[in-house]
Amino acid sequence: MSEVLKVRNVETMYGRVMAIRGVSLSVREGTVVTVMGSNGAGKTTILKTISGALDPFKGEITFKGKAITGLDPDVIARTGVAHSPEGREVFALLSVKDNLMMGAYCRKDRDEVARDFEKVLGWFPVLREFLDKQAIYLSGGQQQMVALGRAFMARPSLMLLDEPSLGLSPRLISEIFAIIKRINVEEGMTMLLVEQNASVALPAADFGYVLETGRIVMEGERDVLMNSADIREFYLGIKADSARGDRRWKARKTWR
Amino acid sequence: MTGLSFADAIQLLLVGLSQGCLYSLIAIGLVLVYKATEQVNFAQGEFMMLGAFVGYQFIVLWGLPYWLGALLTLVFMGGFGYGVDALVVRRLTGQPVFTVFILTLALGIALRAVAGIVWGFGNYSLPDPIEGNLALGPVIIGWSSVLAILVTAIVASGLYAFFRYARQGVAMQALSLNQLAAFYMGIPVKRLTSSIWAMSAIFGAIAGLLLGPVTLVSTQMGFVGFKAFAGAIVGGFGSIPGAVLGCLLIGVTEPFFDIMFPTFKGIGAYLIMFLVLLIRPEGLLAQIYAKKV
Repeated sequence: MSEVLKVRNVETMYGRVMAIRGVSLSVREGTVVTVMGSNGAGKTTILKTISGALDPFKGEITFKGKAITGLDPDVIARTGVAHSPEGREVFALLSVKDNLMMGAYCRKDRDEVARDFEKVLGWFPVLREFLDKQAIYLSGGQQQMVALGRAFMARPSLMLLDEPSLGLSPRLISEIFAIIKRINVEEGMTMLLVEQNASVALPAADFGYVLETGRIVMEGERDVLMNSADIREFYLGIKADSARGDRRWKARKTWR
Repeated sequence: MTGLSFADAIQLLLVGLSQGCLYSLIAIGLVLVYKATEQVNFAQGEFMMLGAFVGYQFIVLWGLPYWLGALLTLVFMGGFGYGVDALVVRRLTGQPVFTVFILTLALGIALRAVAGIVWGFGNYSLPDPIEGNLALGPVIIGWSSVLAILVTAIVASGLYAFFRYARQGVAMQALSLNQLAAFYMGIPVKRLTSSIWAMSAIFGAIAGLLLGPVTLVSTQMGFVGFKAFAGAIVGGFGSIPGAVLGCLLIGVTEPFFDIMFPTFKGIGAYLIMFLVLLIRPEGLLAQIYAKKV
């Protein structure tokens, strides 16, 4: 399996603040890779730098073997990166149908687009009844479905998903993640998934990175991370067997 | 009311309607750019003036057939509008709104000066697109005024269909609603934004060609843009149907107001704007929604 995306030593400034400090990661074809981290760790900045919304200060990004560092976001999108942004960012006053079709703006193959449109409605049947409704009137979960469907409609080689769980109920989160996994398995879609909620993101992923204050502090296959004491304690919230009351020390992350 | 007969009223109504249509064409240009980029083009009136002068150049000075000259004018102005965005305004994205405000204001002043240097500061006449008058009983209206109404109706409905059904039209709406998301979809945001400027300059030029025969072409004719501005505000800046409605309202009431209060001639438009802002600050057809997170 070849590497679709390679990010090498990227540093991005957010105004005067350096939001990510030398991040390197790679995504292999057909896999789901997750970047986990808390608020302000720099997750969104990584995705924005990849999709061209922010220009890196340093470093190099290659997509399908070509350097895409510093290109305009629409140019990068046309090379096959579909970014589903944080907070959904649907086109509020456009109908759900138009929202989805905007995802396929750059595609010429009308029949394939129509087929993919049906596919999206198959994954998210609730959307079917709202096709002519403006996206602003949808609930947060439905808007997230629109955002995911819209990104898929571009038929990208790589989907960038920024916090699909944001602001959703636990039930909706598991529904949405089930579909994300289905898109990955059924369509062989490569995904880079950024999440605060590690307990849903990690099980859905093949490989994971842990980001803290702009640096990658840990990386590994899903099973390795799932069994790591640090990840269990700090990201999955699973405590060791000994009762919490017995512990008099505050556990420290081993990478500190 | 001193002897305003029914026929007179109809006459004024039609004159006002065609005048309002010209305001609408300018206002549509303003609103298009505002919706797409949240920038207000204070030079929109001067775009209209430039359109009229370019038409004057082609049709009067070079003696081209009217419709050919008009077509060339629209093509030229389309290119001009595209260029203004692609070469100047685009570089200011991300800067404070104030910067663009000053820029377009300065552009307007510069265009007036350039037009004066190239064509002179006098008044020049542009031929009517269609000669003659239409007589409906006692009411007489110039064919050009009828044309102004027709053209505006065609432009407005054409735009409606374009934004609703055309792929590029929907994409233009998308980029005006959420520019970053439009970028992420691979929509060529920069090119489409420049195209919107081109469209807005073309509508300005149409208004200039239609207004030229009525008011004569001069460097000062761009000030009509302020009335279009008032009309757009009345309609709720940011809504195209609202802008058309506001401009028609202003156009239609203006001649009546001027006849009733001759001393206050010319301020009717602003009075209406003032009243609407007092009673309904968001405008008649405002499109306001709160962003949900």
